Amino acid sequence: MIDLHKLAAMLQELDDQMVTCMKCGMCQAVCPVFRETLREADVTRGKIALLENLAHEMVADAHGVQEKLNKCLLCGSCQANCPSGVTVIDIFIKARIIVNSYLGLPAAKKVIFKGMLTRPRLFNALVAMGEKFQGLFSRPADELLGSSCSKVMSPLIGDRHFLPLAEKPLRMRVPELNTPAGRSGLKVAFFPGCVIDKMLPRIGEAVLKVLDYHGVGVYLPPAQACCGIPAVSSGDSESFEKLVRLNARAFARGEFDYLVTACATCTATIKEIWPKFMDAYPPGVQTMVRKLADKTMDINQFLVDRVGVRSQPAPTGGRRVTYHDPCHLKKSLGVSAQPRTLLQANPAFNFVEMNEADQCCGNGGTFNLQHYAVSKKIGDRKRGNILASKAEVVATGCPACMMQMTDMLSQHGDRVQVCHPVEIYAQALK
Amino acid sequence: MFSNALIKEFKAIVGKQNVLQKEADRQAYAYDAAVLDPVVPAMAVCPTTSEELGKVVRLCNENGIPLTPRGSGTNLSGGTIPEKKGIVLLTNALNKIIEINAQDLYAVIQPGVVTAQFAAEVARHGLFYPPDPGSMAVSTLGGNVAENAGGLRGLKYGVTKDYVMGVDFFDVTGELVKSGSRTVKCVTGLNLSALQVASEGILGVFNEIVLKLVPPPAANKAMMAVFDDIDKASETVAAIIAAHIVPCTLEILDNSTIKYVEDYTRAGMPVTAQAILLIEVDGHPAQVAEEAEKVVSICKTAGAVDVQAARDEAERNKLWEARRAALPALARARPTTVLEDATVPRSQIPAMIRAINEIAKKHRLEVGTFGHAGDGNLHPTILCDKRDTREFERVEQAVDEIFDVALSLKGTLSGEHGIGLAKAKWLEKETSAATIAYARALKTAVDPKGILNPGKIIGG
Ligand SMILES: Cc1cc2nc3c(=O)[nH]c(=O)nc-3n(C[C@H](O)[C@H](O)[C@H](O)COP(=O)(O)OP(=O)(O)OC[C@H]3O[C@@H](n4cnc5c(N)ncnc54)[C@H](O)[C@@H]3O)c2cc1C
Ligand code: SF4
Ligand code: SF4
Ligand code: SF4
Repeated sequence: MIDLHKLAAMLQELDDQMVTCMKCGMCQAVCPVFRETLREADVTRGKIALLENLAHEMVADAHGVQEKLNKCLLCGSCQANCPSGVTVIDIFIKARIIVNSYLGLPAAKKVIFKGMLTRPRLFNALVAMGEKFQGLFSRPADELLGSSCSKVMSPLIGDRHFLPLAEKPLRMRVPELNTPAGRSGLKVAFFPGCVIDKMLPRIGEAVLKVLDYHGVGVYLPPAQACCGIPAVSSGDSESFEKLVRLNARAFARGEFDYLVTACATCTATIKEIWPKFMDAYPPGVQTMVRKLADKTMDINQFLVDRVGVRSQPAPTGGRRVTYHDPCHLKKSLGVSAQPRTLLQANPAFNFVEMNEADQCCGNGGTFNLQHYAVSKKIGDRKRGNILASKAEVVATGCPACMMQMTDMLSQHGDRVQVCHPVEIYAQALK
Repeated sequence: MFSNALIKEFKAIVGKQNVLQKEADRQAYAYDAAVLDPVVPAMAVCPTTSEELGKVVRLCNENGIPLTPRGSGTNLSGGTIPEKKGIVLLTNALNKIIEINAQDLYAVIQPGVVTAQFAAEVARHGLFYPPDPGSMAVSTLGGNVAENAGGLRGLKYGVTKDYVMGVDFFDVTGELVKSGSRTVKCVTGLNLSALQVASEGILGVFNEIVLKLVPPPAANKAMMAVFDDIDKASETVAAIIAAHIVPCTLEILDNSTIKYVEDYTRAGMPVTAQAILLIEVDGHPAQVAEEAEKVVSICKTAGAVDVQAARDEAERNKLWEARRAALPALARARPTTVLEDATVPRSQIPAMIRAINEIAKKHRLEVGTFGHAGDGNLHPTILCDKRDTREFERVEQAVDEIFDVALSLKGTLSGEHGIGLAKAKWLEKETSAATIAYARALKTAVDPKGILNPGKIIGG
């Protein structure tokens, strides 16, 4: 039996933050989940009301509240538009930690987070093994997109078209780096993140190529771990803390001006979520985390704002490329012009805006696993906008969004490629 | 709460997935945007077709179940707070725009269409739907009609009621009642459509609404006038109207609102000003240019210390940003924001604002006032923390006194936010016992069991 009283007491910590919600309902206008389900419990206002009720023991069904709380992309659209300035993401993540740690994580997540993500070596070994065996279970789905689908009925995968594990993860192609600053006078640490490392190493290679071209020194430590977002957003603060410390230690050894990533989610996590949950760490670790967070920057932003990459005049008859704004890049970090500049810096491409470019693609990390039907509806809307732009390539600054868009496009056999802006820019460099 | 057989009937009508019974689902329909105590309904039901809508209403009536229609739940008067043993009828899946007729200038819509989406669709047809409540990004047209919502353009273009040509609604027995027409003129029978406007769901459940459209203005010009004296600002409002200029928008922000807006936006607002007026004229380009010039000179003559006219779209947006920031800026100051809706004849605005500030001072409360000066509709916004029960009692006291003053100045309890639960007890003060008796008789005649949104407007 769960002790509701205790759970309520823990949630009351969030009272001061939750009370600022004036129940105006304006979040309905921007919430991608609400747009598909039209259910009040799926939008911020409803979730906050439920959490308040749980905190004040006005609702008995804690599992029901947990389910609603987890039905959220953590895209931050509501927070960016909330007139009252409610710190939604902070509330939701803290509430997930409290509620999920109290009611327990689903078994599958426990295995993934506690057993795998927090042990990078084991994780890497498992992935390497997985790569060898994936042919048994999956088959190529779309050559252009490089996607696969399941050969056998699998409840985990369903009819998804996914990106297969890379033959050689980035980490194996480039185990470590420590090059001095070149003519730019700048040196960066590079944090590839799991998806780039294991599924899209070509993005990591493009990043390294671009940095090298501009004379930027690179520090790539041998042992780095996942940024921890899957764990913390599922409420597993223990695994999250382990990952943060692992990373903090890995990067503490290098000297660099910025820590760059090519994953919007990683950047937002390191910059905004790491420092929020470090109260329990020893002071030394806190300093390291704070320093890293301050230095972290998205690769598009780094290249345009620091290195000075500029757009080129559009060619006649270039390839049409459009851009999807990852929530974590635009809504959390305010980066949206720079990736577009980067796309326009390759003179072989014509940039076109799509409608609703800053609408969430519906991936939301673990949301995609738990609520695939809703995730897919949101993704299909994105697909519609991509197709309507008549682009041959859709670029985006987050590998998780790339996976989602690949799935949506591949399932329909659309002839649209999915790329990272830095890949497109890298192609322009000799 | 309901028998299994009855629940089965609801499910048979709208489908299993559209009957929400779990506690966590029901709790999300216990409140709206008013600062009132929530009431958890027994069930929420979400019809997706007109036919289902009518059947749900009939089933409720047959079984004596109180029914509260709900759009987006953004009303500020408790209009969608349900009954404990009742159901909430969700209208937001009934969101089809059935017809936009560009030739005859009307549109037919279902009640769950979101106002801003409708306005955007209409604009794509080269037409204009003027009512623009601050909540339009989420509010539904059904909710707008039921509340007779107004907006920033009320002065020149009127409010929702001025655009309702017809409402087809289900009576409590689930019969479809048709009213109004698609013609500009129509005097056939009683004006039942007009009766539905501002009825807050107590007289019927809207099924289809016919709305009037107008051609869009070709040009517009926005201006900001700064005053060191709020009386001068109000005199300016009267002077503009007296000069036979009807701006589409004429807004006032008082000193505390300006300060909070500046704190929040750092846009360089004149924080020492006692009031600013934001004015926009629209129409034919030549007329706009002439009127704008006149407005500027009227403002100066009436004592504005500074008048700025937007030179382009970017500057115009900047001016309106200040207005749009009013509520967010105030809302961020303290945990709870009590947004009121006192409305007085234009000439009484200075008296009303003075009274509001005195009342706030007396009760040691912080208040910012902004609103639609052009139509006398003010939004005194009290900043507080509802968890502090002592403070909140003072807030309630202050609100009562604000309404007293509004009525004594020949004003009204609500310019646009409706009566709902929040102001039902006040109704007799503004109207009369006979008015309420007439309304009650009407309600009893069309809804003898008191099924439709009980407790709202005329009380229980
Ligand atoms: C930030 C903010 C700004 C606002 N600005 C304005 C403003 O500028 N002007 C203004 O007038 N209001 C304003 N409001 C108030 C509110 O948005 C309006 O009253 C709006 O019309 C409510 O629409 P809704 O869809 O949310 O309706 P709801 O709140 O869901 O319902 C309102 C009433 O309509 C009834 N109803 C809903 N659908 C039906 C139907 N199909 N048949 C019968 N009855 C029905 C309900 O029972 C209820 O009584 C604002 C509110 C907020 C939170
Ligand atoms: S927009 Fe913000 S204040 Fe309004 S209901 Fe949503 S979370 Fe609450
Ligand atoms: S974070 Fe995104 S999905 Fe979650 S409630 Fe806010 S807008 Fe909706
Ligand atoms: S955000 Fe995703 S890809 Fe990036 S490190 Fe974290 S889990 Fe891996």
